[in-house]
Amino acid sequence: MSIEIKNVNKRFGDFVALDNVSVSIPSGQLTALLGPSGGGKSTLLRIIAGLESAESGTVEIEGLNATKLPPQKRNVGFVFQHYAAFKHLSVARNVAFGLEIRKRPKDEIRERVNELLDLVHLRQFADRLPSQLSGGQRQRMALARALAVQPTVLLLDEPFGALDAKVRKELRDWLRRLHDEVHVTTVFVTHDQEEALEVADEIVVINEGRVEQIGSPDELYDQPANDFVMKFLGPVTQLGDRLVRPHDLHLQVGERDAEAVSGRVTRVTRIGFEIRVEVSTGDQVVTVTLNRNEFLSLGIGTGAEVQVRVAPDVPAVVRAAA
Amino acid sequence: MSSALLVPDRPAASRRRAARGGRRLTRVSGLGLGIAMMWFSLLVLIPLAAVVVTGTSGGWSGFWDAVTNEQTAAAIRLTVGTAFLVTVVNVIMGTLIAWVLVRDRFPGQRALEVLIDIPFALPTIVAGLVLLSLYGPNSPLGINIANARPAVFLAFLFVTLPFVVRTVQPVLAELDKEAEEAAMSLGASKFTVFRRIILPSLTPAIAAGAALSFARGVSEYGSLVLLSGNLPMRTEVTSVRILSSIENDNVDSAAAVATVLLVISFAVIVILDLLQRRMVRRG
Amino acid sequence: MAKYALRLTVIAYLFFLVAWPLYLVGKNAFANGLDNITGILEDPDIVHALTLTVQVAVIAVIINTVFGVGISLLLVRYEFPGKRLLSAMLDVPLSVSPIVVGLALVLVYGGRNGWFGPALENAGFQVIFSTPGIVLATVFVALPLVIREVVPVLEEVGDEQEQAARSLGANAVQTFRRITLPSIKWGVIYGVVLSLARSLGEFGAVKVVSGNVLGQTRTATLVVEEKYLNFDKGGAYATAFLLALVAVACIITVSILRPKEDR
Repeated sequence: MSIEIKNVNKRFGDFVALDNVSVSIPSGQLTALLGPSGGGKSTLLRIIAGLESAESGTVEIEGLNATKLPPQKRNVGFVFQHYAAFKHLSVARNVAFGLEIRKRPKDEIRERVNELLDLVHLRQFADRLPSQLSGGQRQRMALARALAVQPTVLLLDEPFGALDAKVRKELRDWLRRLHDEVHVTTVFVTHDQEEALEVADEIVVINEGRVEQIGSPDELYDQPANDFVMKFLGPVTQLGDRLVRPHDLHLQVGERDAEAVSGRVTRVTRIGFEIRVEVSTGDQVVTVTLNRNEFLSLGIGTGAEVQVRVAPDVPAVVRAAA
Repeated sequence: MSSALLVPDRPAASRRRAARGGRRLTRVSGLGLGIAMMWFSLLVLIPLAAVVVTGTSGGWSGFWDAVTNEQTAAAIRLTVGTAFLVTVVNVIMGTLIAWVLVRDRFPGQRALEVLIDIPFALPTIVAGLVLLSLYGPNSPLGINIANARPAVFLAFLFVTLPFVVRTVQPVLAELDKEAEEAAMSLGASKFTVFRRIILPSLTPAIAAGAALSFARGVSEYGSLVLLSGNLPMRTEVTSVRILSSIENDNVDSAAAVATVLLVISFAVIVILDLLQRRMVRRG
Repeated sequence: MAKYALRLTVIAYLFFLVAWPLYLVGKNAFANGLDNITGILEDPDIVHALTLTVQVAVIAVIINTVFGVGISLLLVRYEFPGKRLLSAMLDVPLSVSPIVVGLALVLVYGGRNGWFGPALENAGFQVIFSTPGIVLATVFVALPLVIREVVPVLEEVGDEQEQAARSLGANAVQTFRRITLPSIKWGVIYGVVLSLARSLGEFGAVKVVSGNVLGQTRTATLVVEEKYLNFDKGGAYATAFLLALVAVACIITVSILRPKEDR
C-alpha cells in the first residue's frame, strides 16, 4: 500500500471535518476521493500533502511515517482547483520551479522541463505567462509542475472543477491516459460521481467526515454499501420500499405478474437516446429509464396502464431507510 | 491601484474590461469634460506651468545658478538624501506592517489600522508638534533631536508611514495562498516561498508605495517647521528654502527650485503609471 | 517564534512613531486642566481662525466632491483622447510640495505680478492674501482624494445596472440619482471624510497664499505655528489637540464605515 491513513481526526472549530478516518490507497493506481462538498475529502487530501495537520492519527507514504513531516519534505505533487500558477513566472519557469529548488543542474532542468511540456502539450507556450493561457492549459501546466519533481504521489484537489464542461471531459480522458503512461500513485478529489466512475481505478466515498465505502467503480455501483453510496453514485428511484436504479426497472403492458406493481404513466421525457417515464403507482411516483427502441416497442404514452418490475439480474438492492 | 490586481477568473475583471471600453462622449458629458478641464487647468495646470515658466525665465544659466547656490544645493541634497533613506526604511517596515496586518490575527489590530492612517489625516504642523512632544526638549525618553538632522528623517518617516503599507496591504490580501502551498509542496522553504513567490508579486506595489513615499518626503514642509529648526546648510529642506526665497521676494529663484521639485513629482507620476500598467497586465 | 517577533516589531514601531507622540499632545493640551482649551476658545482671534478653517474646508470639500464625482464618471464611463494623461495628472497634487502649490497660485493669481491677478484685482476680486486664495490652495491639495476613492468603486460596480435602468426608460439624471449615486455612495463618503481631514489641516500652501493676517486670513494650523513660536505652548498644544481630534475622528469614522473585506 502506498498511502496508509490511520485513525485521522480533524476539526475546524466545532465542525468535524474528519472523524476517525482510516484508508489505504494502493500504489500506482488512480484513486478518487468522492463525496459531497464539505464532506472532508479535500481536508483528507491536504492532510496527506501536509498542507493541513491532523489532530490525531497517522499518515504513512510509501512506508515512511509522514505524520509530522512538513509539506516540503513529503515529495508529493499537489494540483489545485484554481491552478495556483506562479503568475510572475513563465510556463517553463513554473514547471522548473521544484527542480530549481532542488538545485539540479541547468541542463537537466531544461531537458526535463521540455520533456514535461511535451507530455502536457504546452511546448509552444513555454515562454508565455500563465495569464496568457486558458484554464485547461493552466491546469496542464500545474500538472507538469507537480510531476517535474517526480513525486512519490500525485494529489489533485478538484482539478477540473473550475473548467467548463467540455474542457473538463477532455482533461479527464487525458488524465486517465497520462496516468497509464506515467503510473505515479495518484489521488484526486471530486464531487462528480461520473468523473470518479470514468477515471478512477479505486473510489473512496467520503461523507460527513467518514468513509462510507471503498472499492472499484463496479463494486460501488453494483454493490453499494448503503443507500448514501447508492444515491450518490447514480440516479435512484424507489419502488415500494426498495431503492433501485431507474434503468434496472422494466416496464410491461398486458397481463399482471406477481412481482410487478401496476401504475399509470404520468409523464414521458426524452433526453437524447434515453426516455424517462414517470409511473404513478398510487402512493408513489417511480421513474423508469428506457432506450428509444424499448420505449417504442411498448407503444405507450401518457395515461397508459403499465406494470413496473425490477429486472431479474439486479445484484444488490438496498432497503430504503424509513 | 491595488484593486486592479484581480484574479482573471473573477467576473469583476471582465466587467472592468468592458467598462474600460466605455462610451464615446455625448454632448452633455463633453460639456462636463470641458468644464472640468477648464477648472483643472485654472487650478492646477496653469499655476504649475507658471512655476516652470518663471523658474526658467532667466535661461538655463539663471536656473542653474539658482539651484546650485550653496545653501539651496545643500537643502536639495538633504531633502533627496533623507527622502531616499526614509523610503528604504518604509519599503522594509511598510511591507512588514502590511504583512502583519494581513497574515496575523490578534486583538487590537483595528487600532493599528487607525494608527497607520493618522499621519495621512493629521495636519502636518500638528505632526511636527506631535513628534516634538516625544523627541523634543521635554522628551520623556530623554531623546532630543529637535533642530538636528535626525529630526528631518523622523518627520519624513512619520508623514510617509501610510504609503507602502496601504499599497502593499490589498495586494497581499488578494494573493493566491494556493500558489504558496504549491511552492511548499514542491519543496520550497518558508523563506524561499517569500522570496520567490510572494515578493515578486508584491514588488510593483512596493515600488508604487516607495515612489509615493519618496515624493511625499521630498515635498514635505509642515511637519519640519517646529521640529527641525530650519538651520541653513544643516536642517533646511528644499520647501523651506523655497519659502524663504518667496519671503525675500526672490520669486524667480523660488520658482527655479520649485521646478526641481516638480520634475521629481512628475517623474514619480510617470513611474506610478508604468507600475500600475504592469500590475494590471500581470492580472 | 517569528510570528510574534514580527507582531511585536510592528506594534513597537507604530507605538513609538505614532501612538505615544500623539498621546503626549493630548496630555500636554490638558497639562493645566481645561485652561488651555478654554483659553483658546475665549480668544476671539482664534475662534475666528477656527471658523475660517471650517468654512474654507467645507467649501473646498463641496467643490472637490462635485468635481471629483464628475471627473470619475467621465474617466470610468467614457472614452476620450488624453484620458490616460488626465488620469495621471489628477494625482499630481498628491506629490507636489505645499509650498510649491502656494507659489504656483501666487504666480498666477498674485495681485501685483500674477498672470491673471492684476486683471482680477481691477475687477474687484482679490484672490491672494484673501479667503478665495485659501480656498484655492485647499482645493488644490485635496483634489485627488474623492477621485481616488470613487474611481475603483465605479469600476467595480460596472455599468450593467445603469444600462438596465436606461432600458427601463430612465433618463441620464434619473439613472445617476437612482442607480449610480447609491452604488458609489460609500466611496463618495470616504472621499469626503478624507478630503475634510486634509482640508482642515492644510498648512504650507495656505501659509504662502493667505498672508497670515491675525483675525482675517489666519487659519487654525497657522495659529499652532504662531502660538508655538511665541512660546504660548499651552495654546499651541490645545489648538493642535483640536485639529488632531478632528483628524483622528475622520480616520476612525472611515475605518468603522468601511466594510471589512471578506478574506
